[in-house]
Amino acid sequence: MATKASVEGDIIRLLGEKIESDLTLTADTNIVADTGLDSVSVMDFVFELEDEFGITVPLDRISDVKTVGQLTDAIYGLMEETA
Amino acid sequence: MSLEDKVQKIQESFGALKALGRDPTSLEFDRVTSPTEAELNGKKMILLGTNNYLGLTFDESCVAAAKGAIDQYGTGTTGSRIANGTYGLHKQLEQRVADFYGKRSAMVYSTGYTANLGSISALAQSGDQLLIDADSHASIYDACRMSDAEVIRFRHNDPDNLAKKLERLQDRPGDKIVVTEGIYSMLGDSAPLKEIVAVKKEYGAYLMVDEAHSLGVMGAKGRGLCEQDDVEADCDFIVGTFSKSIGTVGGFCVSDHPGLDALRSISRPYMFTASLPPAVIAAAQQSFDQIDANPQLRDRLWRNARILFDGLEALGFKLGPEVSPVVAIMLPGKEVAVRFWNALMVAGVYTNIAIPPSTPNALSLLRSSISAAHTRDQIATALDVFAQVGADLDLIPANKADRRRLAEAQGPLRIVTGGNMQAKPVQAPVQEEQRSSAAKG
Repeated sequence: MATKASVEGDIIRLLGEKIESDLTLTADTNIVADTGLDSVSVMDFVFELEDEFGITVPLDRISDVKTVGQLTDAIYGLMEETA
Repeated sequence: MSLEDKVQKIQESFGALKALGRDPTSLEFDRVTSPTEAELNGKKMILLGTNNYLGLTFDESCVAAAKGAIDQYGTGTTGSRIANGTYGLHKQLEQRVADFYGKRSAMVYSTGYTANLGSISALAQSGDQLLIDADSHASIYDACRMSDAEVIRFRHNDPDNLAKKLERLQDRPGDKIVVTEGIYSMLGDSAPLKEIVAVKKEYGAYLMVDEAHSLGVMGAKGRGLCEQDDVEADCDFIVGTFSKSIGTVGGFCVSDHPGLDALRSISRPYMFTASLPPAVIAAAQQSFDQIDANPQLRDRLWRNARILFDGLEALGFKLGPEVSPVVAIMLPGKEVAVRFWNALMVAGVYTNIAIPPSTPNALSLLRSSISAAHTRDQIATALDVFAQVGADLDLIPANKADRRRLAEAQGPLRIVTGGNMQAKPVQAPVQEEQRSSAAKG
């Protein structure tokens, strides 16, 4: 199974492809406030993560997520549960 | 964040757009004179955004039924369905809805919004899984928040994505309830119901279909997309609204499931709100009679939908994917959408504006909904206005020859989802000469 660090790297790479600015993404990046993506676009980005990592992301698992690091925690947690 | 900060944030979000013209959330019509016309600030408007698909709001028999119910029962029930707010009328309407769909029973709610809220939150409980289309209406999302079930989105109109998610849930206990819509309200596209039904059967899930925009619009009897796609027996729950084709207000859930009635004692949006007033109940019942008696209303609706869709496409606008009574123009941004909407209003055409985050894929839309009650002249006048405003905003070519070249480059017409019309390439049915001589709104 992938490591948490590699999952975070993949999320940062995929998110970077979605945003138009040359913002440097880190674990502390606020996904809505810093990237310019609206909440609906973020939810659609979650579909890409589901495909990438072969998981399903229930809404309640990401309802409090604000940063890339928190999103990584949620995705990695779901990967561990389904492994 | 303080209340003041919250208010300021809201004002900042919308202030710039409101500064471009009218506030779309604060319009006040002086008078509404027919299903298709109103006066706004003394100006006559063609209504092209009211979801009044069959034009029944001014139907004489519906108006008479409503007046008669007021005389007989008064203006309101002053109570909820589980207290003093259930009259014989409410039960009659529930039976009428059940009979219309050929189903065992129906529950009537006070709005379409609460029909979704109450049905979904009562059906899906802790330990269950709700699988909803990503482009679901806000009432479905709000229902999910009210439910204790786990909520999973699947990609819009994507049965394969739904199947993948149900596959992953196979070993999990709990009911799997899939929620989709008939016609989607923003782009006018319809769900691939046959494929979704095949998936739900394969995985033993329940299916709920919200026919809010397809009741009275699709199917040989007007029952919606489930009827048109011949999957009614496999749609476990159908929800709908009386505020569109039915021409009044209210909502319902109808089903063959023997447990539907049990939801009356656990569905909070059913239990804790006032029941529909007698006039509304009587008008709704009469509207169902009109739908039964006048299938030509649907033919007229689809004829008008095709005229509007083809006319806008011939002008060079980028539209939603299907010919439908909901016709959405896709625009390059929020600001141009606001300018377009305002300019149409000034010229006497009312449409809906829809901008992110309330739209799928962050689209900025100018949304029209057509009615069986629109005349050819009204549609022609509206198309004239669209042509002028679209050219003024540099959204379409100003001259007719360029527009024709653009339309030809975009190819012939595509899918027709409802009514009795066959999909085939057609010429723009409203000619330039007719448009220019048509009465102005």
